[in-house]
Amino acid sequence: MLCAILIQPKARMQPPIGLPRPLSAPNPHRLPSTVARDDEHLLVAAAKRGDAQAFEELVNRYEAKIFRLTMNITRNREDAEDAMQDAFLKSYAHLKDFQEDSRFYTWLVRIAANEALMRLRKRRPNQFSLDEPVEGDEDLMPRELEDWGPSPEQRFAQTEMHEILSEVIDKLEPDFRVVFVLRDVEELSTEETAKVLGISVPAVKSRLLRARLKLRQKLNRYFRQGGTN
Amino acid sequence: MNCKDVIREISDYIDGELVLSVKQELERHLEHCEECKMVVDQTRLTVDVFCDSKPIDLPGDVKSRLHDALRRKLHAESS
Repeated sequence: MLCAILIQPKARMQPPIGLPRPLSAPNPHRLPSTVARDDEHLLVAAAKRGDAQAFEELVNRYEAKIFRLTMNITRNREDAEDAMQDAFLKSYAHLKDFQEDSRFYTWLVRIAANEALMRLRKRRPNQFSLDEPVEGDEDLMPRELEDWGPSPEQRFAQTEMHEILSEVIDKLEPDFRVVFVLRDVEELSTEETAKVLGISVPAVKSRLLRARLKLRQKLNRYFRQGGTN
Repeated sequence: MNCKDVIREISDYIDGELVLSVKQELERHLEHCEECKMVVDQTRLTVDVFCDSKPIDLPGDVKSRLHDALRRKLHAESS
């Protein structure tokens, strides 16, 4: 199954014993990412000086994440591979222009997202347009409110969860999917997401809200208590 | 704040980006509205399961083609 290679749930960190996190308490996700290791800037500096091994180390470090990104955007393995390959080649060719005002990984994600978007637009010219205004408020009110139980993700094995996530994200419309992937999977900021997609910050926020609500709706089918289908 | 207002603010709320007065108003609504509380909890869980997803290893054939292309590029640059 093509999409099954995309997303795999991580082992989740449990809250400290005696300090359960109340489900409705704010839990900001925009913490500094742990993707970039401390030595990233050293590898980038060496690669800029022409150290090919340093650049290969950067590729080894990020290739799986970049492939996940390009697959999640294009939903086509051939396009995803081409986009990933071109992203690494372009990042190498333009490394001297990288100003290091952001993390190398973030810069790489921007390049890869653009490569993937270019291929998505080419393959689905009539289905993907970030210029289209999103619908009004009337579509926002959630339907099918059913209890998911205390920890639905623990009811599924890793591979099952992996397939569920792939299936629901595959069904999300491309213009919502790309915003969700950049913001919630790759953890770019709202501003970075807007910059990559060439749309305004309010447009990112509006699409993100709809993407999250639509995905919640789709997950309801699997997560509702008492049934897996 | 009514249910529609809560839904409109849900993203900023779970990202911790609401101004304090709006956040407090939203939380007062959640105290007595079970349906909105369920939507907030489920939307947060939706973000969590994707946010916590990790990439699997790159398929072997994809990895070799990538590294072959890179070596060709690096070799071309150095010669």
